[in-house]
Amino acid sequence: MRALYDRITALVFALGLLIAVAVPVPSAAGPYEDALAGFTTDDFADTFDAIDAVVASGNPLATPVLEALQDSRLQFSAAEKKVFIKTKDAALLDAATGQPAAGPPPADLENVRLNNRLRGALNGAIGALTLMAPDPARRLSAAQSVFRTRDATVLPAVEKALEAETNARVKKALNEARAAIIVLAEDSSADDKIAAIAVIRERSDQESLALMAGLPANLAPEVRAAATDAVAKIQSNLAIWRTVQNFWYGLSLGSVLLLAAIGLAITFGVMGVINMAHGEMVMLGAYTTYVVQEFIRTRFPELFDYSLAFALPLAFMFAGAVGILIERTVIRYLYGRPLETLLATWGISLVLMQAVRAVFGPTNKEVGNPSWMSGAFDLGGILITYNRMWIIIFTGIVFVALLAMLRYTRLGLEMRAVTQNRQMAAAVGIRTARIDALTFGLGSGIAGIAGVALSQIDNVSPNLGQGYIIDSFMVVVFGGVGNLWGTLVGALTLGIANKFLEPFAGAVLAKIAILVFIILFIQKRPRGMFALKGRAIEA
Amino acid sequence: MLNIVKSAAQRPNVRGWLSAAAGLAVVATVAASPAAAQETIKVGVLHSLSGTMAISETTLKDTVLFMIDEQNKKGGVLGKKLEAVVVDPASNWPLFAEKARELISKEKVQVVFGCWTSVSRKSVLPVFKELNSILFYPVQYEGEESERNVFYTGAAPNQQAIPAVDYLMSKEGGSVKRWVLAGTDYVYPRTTNRILEAYLKSKGVAEADIMINYTPFGHSDWQTIVSDIKKFGSAGKKTAVVSTINGDANVPFYKELGNQGIKATDIPVVAFSVGEEELAGLDTKPLLGHLAAWNYFQSIKDKGNAEFIKKWQAFTKNPKRTTNDPMEATVIGFNMWVKAVEKAKTTDADKVIAALPGIEAPNLTGGISKMLPNHHITKPVFVGEIRADGQFDVVWKTKGLVPGDAWTDFLPGSKDLDADWVDLKCGNYNKVTKKCGGAS
Repeated sequence: MRALYDRITALVFALGLLIAVAVPVPSAAGPYEDALAGFTTDDFADTFDAIDAVVASGNPLATPVLEALQDSRLQFSAAEKKVFIKTKDAALLDAATGQPAAGPPPADLENVRLNNRLRGALNGAIGALTLMAPDPARRLSAAQSVFRTRDATVLPAVEKALEAETNARVKKALNEARAAIIVLAEDSSADDKIAAIAVIRERSDQESLALMAGLPANLAPEVRAAATDAVAKIQSNLAIWRTVQNFWYGLSLGSVLLLAAIGLAITFGVMGVINMAHGEMVMLGAYTTYVVQEFIRTRFPELFDYSLAFALPLAFMFAGAVGILIERTVIRYLYGRPLETLLATWGISLVLMQAVRAVFGPTNKEVGNPSWMSGAFDLGGILITYNRMWIIIFTGIVFVALLAMLRYTRLGLEMRAVTQNRQMAAAVGIRTARIDALTFGLGSGIAGIAGVALSQIDNVSPNLGQGYIIDSFMVVVFGGVGNLWGTLVGALTLGIANKFLEPFAGAVLAKIAILVFIILFIQKRPRGMFALKGRAIEA
Repeated sequence: MLNIVKSAAQRPNVRGWLSAAAGLAVVATVAASPAAAQETIKVGVLHSLSGTMAISETTLKDTVLFMIDEQNKKGGVLGKKLEAVVVDPASNWPLFAEKARELISKEKVQVVFGCWTSVSRKSVLPVFKELNSILFYPVQYEGEESERNVFYTGAAPNQQAIPAVDYLMSKEGGSVKRWVLAGTDYVYPRTTNRILEAYLKSKGVAEADIMINYTPFGHSDWQTIVSDIKKFGSAGKKTAVVSTINGDANVPFYKELGNQGIKATDIPVVAFSVGEEELAGLDTKPLLGHLAAWNYFQSIKDKGNAEFIKKWQAFTKNPKRTTNDPMEATVIGFNMWVKAVEKAKTTDADKVIAALPGIEAPNLTGGISKMLPNHHITKPVFVGEIRADGQFDVVWKTKGLVPGDAWTDFLPGSKDLDADWVDLKCGNYNKVTKKCGGAS
């Protein structure tokens, strides 16, 4: 590695020199062309040496070649002993000249393969080569990869880049990279090291803690003191953020629970139907997303980022229609007979699962994340993943919309009337049978849109719903039957409690602890946290 | 194919009608296969086609049907056609035992290919012993077992877990010094992790450098665990995750890894239960470079493999259908059984069991696997990296074939045991007390 970095530094200067005196591209059969041959043997050790040699050759084509290698766009022909760069628009360039390849592409063209060790070396090499790149994003990632590799030989290049840098973020990253190198270098002075430690202390994240933990033992006492101090500060800082992070994770788990349970809160909570097929409605929603995405992928690939927007109404309508069908054909004959309803809906859930298995096969289906739901961003000391964030926002919207619907629409009014007193509602002219069907359809439809959201974080398989049904019942029972606010508070409490327990107790014990807690809680308050009051509930 | 399966499943009924009158149904069945019904050799298929395990086991059912089809094209075995009897134990462990009994006693099958989870295998063991039949078990498992009636064609821990850890400890694998052993909370991960922990400690890894984590089945919220792994991995030493996380929970696990930006160059994850089929449900781009250890990968370039994939895709009429490691183990087991039957010139269980050790059959990666006296087989071990297209790129393999070891050498109690059904006629011979009967 060290040799590699020596050569990279050499290269950075060589490149500068090249540009300064505008020397033309070296002629054929130099060290660069020899180095390329190493890519044609399909052997990791040879590839490693070839990367090394390409960097050392100082050829301006080194950066495009290494970048092509990183994106698996570097191809070789073993028969012709030639290496090609495949450009992003699928044109083939001869890696030796950088010109479009002459003649038809060789028949045995294959990608140059990488393993993790090569990938690491490549990231470092490209990082050092792109410290002066025109694009600030590339400079930033270059600085970050130098911070990770912290190789002393890159220091002059970092300092040079630092002088020229104008972008504040990149400058900070470069400063940190420089500090990381200095703190580990044996020949830097104690004062420099203390200054570097201060920079790293400011960064104050997991990686800087790792860096401080990995310091050599033979430090000067004052440096050692500064380091110990920095470690303590970073740790206390991280502890605070960890609490925030647990809270965020809890909120995220809670929102998933709420999303899965909110449909059930309507069918079970409002109508009193123990619907074991609720999870399968979620699954149907997820499969609707899959079908929509497949359709978009084959017909309108440019609309892929909007696929979820199309899937939402379709999933609502499809799951809702299935729900109404189940209510009209099975459940309406079983009102007031909870045990039969439980068994019948459980049977329906098995039928639905096997039906999906027969149509789509038993294996997982790939549901892609749109680009705006992939990745993460840093907020202070915690990492927030986009998919979780959108699901929390989405859950909030669904919850508010549902509340508003129950409160302000005629259907909502009728639903509440039927829930509170069926006979009286019928007496004032509400068609209770129709309301039953619509309520069940609404609950199922909401389960369907929950499926759209869950398809983004879980696997889309026939078993998807099974994993959520128990949790959903838990949330509804804990929150209080017949009360959407109870479901909200219940879901968030369970989610947050689970996430605060998990770091200490582990995932298995945390789950058990939550179950035990709910059992005890139900003993004390059989109607859940927010029980409906009045005579209606007795009916 | 479906017709044959159906008629086979209905056989008892059909036979009942047959004695009453020579029904039309019988004529149809006989017409479908030229050989008369009593001249077929019945092969039982005991894989879940519904319930949680259907995701993995359905493929193996198809594999056995495919192999039977191929064998019948070659003229069957001992001049008789093979006939599949498919039952569905529905991922329900006690039902496995019931269905096994039905296959052996009622359907009179000569051999059974089946089971995936260890608990289903344990549940059918007494049935196979009592009725003296043969089970071929095609899945990688935790070892610590060798039974006279069972032939294990999947990997034992020394054919998957230990070579994978060896690779990660090597310079090429990244010289890993710190280990996260993450698994689903059941017998296979717990035993494998116990073995790995003992193995790592024997290699000088400190207790503080090993983190063990278990999660419930189907765990879908990985935020805390992934951030714990990240934290554990930032202690200044190269860290890797050894994952025995079971099938379904893997997709959200890998999604969370991708979203939290853990790249294989920072903390590689090597998985023992993630194959081509599991990756089919995932966008693999963020997973580039994460690893899996198996004895077979679809991407391995070999003439036998290419031919197998072509025929398999033609058989399933799906040009994108993947192949995987347990499928290869099923294929090897099937071919070994055919050879053993031909060697013994009978399908009688005792004679076939006696004939099987020493039988060789080509695997799909260019080698010849051999059935050992401990009823395990020799296999090559490959470590593959996930590619962007959902396939694996082999980055390392063992020099030759590794013989399966039923009893690991890294656990107290187990290290004294040996299995040998040829000379010792014992599955748990204690080398210290010189007695058959396990650890004292």
